[in-house]
Amino acid sequence: MTDAPLIGPAPTPMVDAEEARRARGRRIELAARYTLPLAVMALAILAWDRIVVWNEIPHYILPSPARVWDYFTGNWSTLVDAAMLTGRITLMALAVAVLGGAGLAILFNQSRMVELSLYPYAVILQVTPVVAIAPLIFIYVESKVAGMLMCAWIVAFFPVLSSTTLGLNSVDRNLRDLFAIYGASRWQRLIHLQLPSALPYFLGGLRIAGGLSLIGAVVAELVAGTGGVGLGLAGRIQEAGYRLNIAGMFAALAMVAAMGLVIFAALSLLSHLLLRKWHESALKTES
Amino acid sequence: MPRPTSIDDRAELLRVEAVNKVFPGDVRALMGMDLTVRQGDFISLLGPSGCGKSTALRLMAGLSHPTAGRIAWAAPPARGDVGVVFQEPTLMPWATVAQNVFLPFRLEGKSYASVKDDILDALRLVGLDKFQTAYPRELSGGMKMRVSIARAMVTQPKLILMDEPFAALDEITRFKLNNDLLAMQARIGCTVIFVTHSVFESVFLSDRIIVMAARPGRVIEEVRVDAPYPRSEEFRTSADYAAHCRAASRALEHAMEAA
Repeated sequence: MTDAPLIGPAPTPMVDAEEARRARGRRIELAARYTLPLAVMALAILAWDRIVVWNEIPHYILPSPARVWDYFTGNWSTLVDAAMLTGRITLMALAVAVLGGAGLAILFNQSRMVELSLYPYAVILQVTPVVAIAPLIFIYVESKVAGMLMCAWIVAFFPVLSSTTLGLNSVDRNLRDLFAIYGASRWQRLIHLQLPSALPYFLGGLRIAGGLSLIGAVVAELVAGTGGVGLGLAGRIQEAGYRLNIAGMFAALAMVAAMGLVIFAALSLLSHLLLRKWHESALKTES
Repeated sequence: MPRPTSIDDRAELLRVEAVNKVFPGDVRALMGMDLTVRQGDFISLLGPSGCGKSTALRLMAGLSHPTAGRIAWAAPPARGDVGVVFQEPTLMPWATVAQNVFLPFRLEGKSYASVKDDILDALRLVGLDKFQTAYPRELSGGMKMRVSIARAMVTQPKLILMDEPFAALDEITRFKLNNDLLAMQARIGCTVIFVTHSVFESVFLSDRIIVMAARPGRVIEEVRVDAPYPRSEEFRTSADYAAHCRAASRALEHAMEAA
């Protein structure tokens, strides 16, 4: 073996054209993820504005974006109050849906007899449109808030129930055997094995339930009106509609959509924080 | 615990007596199995698919009960006296390596602090003491299997049951784990029952190979491997090893013919 010189020519960078192209693609995609939707929104607003101006559409049929914006700024505090009310009902309903859905799932998991007895009724509640049940609820439930909560719960609890049930039953068979060999009690198996296994499923159901509780709250408000507890966003939409204040309807609708987005983003973040260390869904792919 | 050289001198640990296991639909997984397991034995159950190896293991683990016959322990096993390693590493993905190894103690109601040293010892024995806080997904297949072995050993069990634990690993990793497994067994002096379908693996590891036949699952023959422990890589290439592999292969052939 000959003595090779220790210092040779400077190494060329180890990135080939294909890898460089791939890296560029990733950078572009990252930028596009935020800029493209914003661009679409800007274009849509521009088109909307032009359609209104060029066709001279009266504002009680279709207000221009500027008019909606004016309504926003002029009635900001009213809109925020309404959003707070709808938001409170939504969050309370979501909390009850989580407690009720996950609680029922655990109960079903612990007792097959209870599951066989009650599961069909959970399905019936789920498949009956809440708009059809709501009027009945408000006949028997005196408190507006309680009635609204009940409506929102009926729509929102089922995804939590069904996904948590699936999760509790999806425990690795060998891990279950291992727990049996080490003499785990039913309680230990639930706490240390089934609940952690079910967590990703539960969080999936929770994200759907978040959106549904908002739908439930809005529907309940539309059916019941909110006399006595103030006006929520759905009430604002209705009220503005009666007055042909279309800009007001758009503004309140935008608030509802924004609220839905915030709920979804918050629940996605929660899911990410709880699963990022270990679950496949939260892992970045290695390249 | 030093292992007496002669297998027949060892104290009895448990006895499988005329055990039958029949599953619904008259599937005879195991018929008339007799086996005396002694302390310090390294027993391989070798046979084709469907010969009842895994069923026998589940019966000894107490996960199911014989249709007829019995599993008689010399002294009834306490919690933590039996450790198990499955074909998959079977780790809890949400728990760190140390928390996974802690599991048997946690289920006994012990605190982490009180068994911290045992956990560290077990991890050191499998060479993973630097990975205590890692999550299973950060480990390779071989490392996950080591964690699984550490968990099975951490309670210092009398018996470790292993169900084809290295079948899914590459050959280099498998050889390494074979060596390590023997070192660990020598260290804690437990009995191992090892299910495999590899003649070579069974000869390298065990001092007793129980060859089984399928349909119905039953014991055909016992092959003894009297090569001394510790067995090193040299043993794998020795004439002695080759002779034992031939004997075990022949027994396996009989088992296949008998099926």
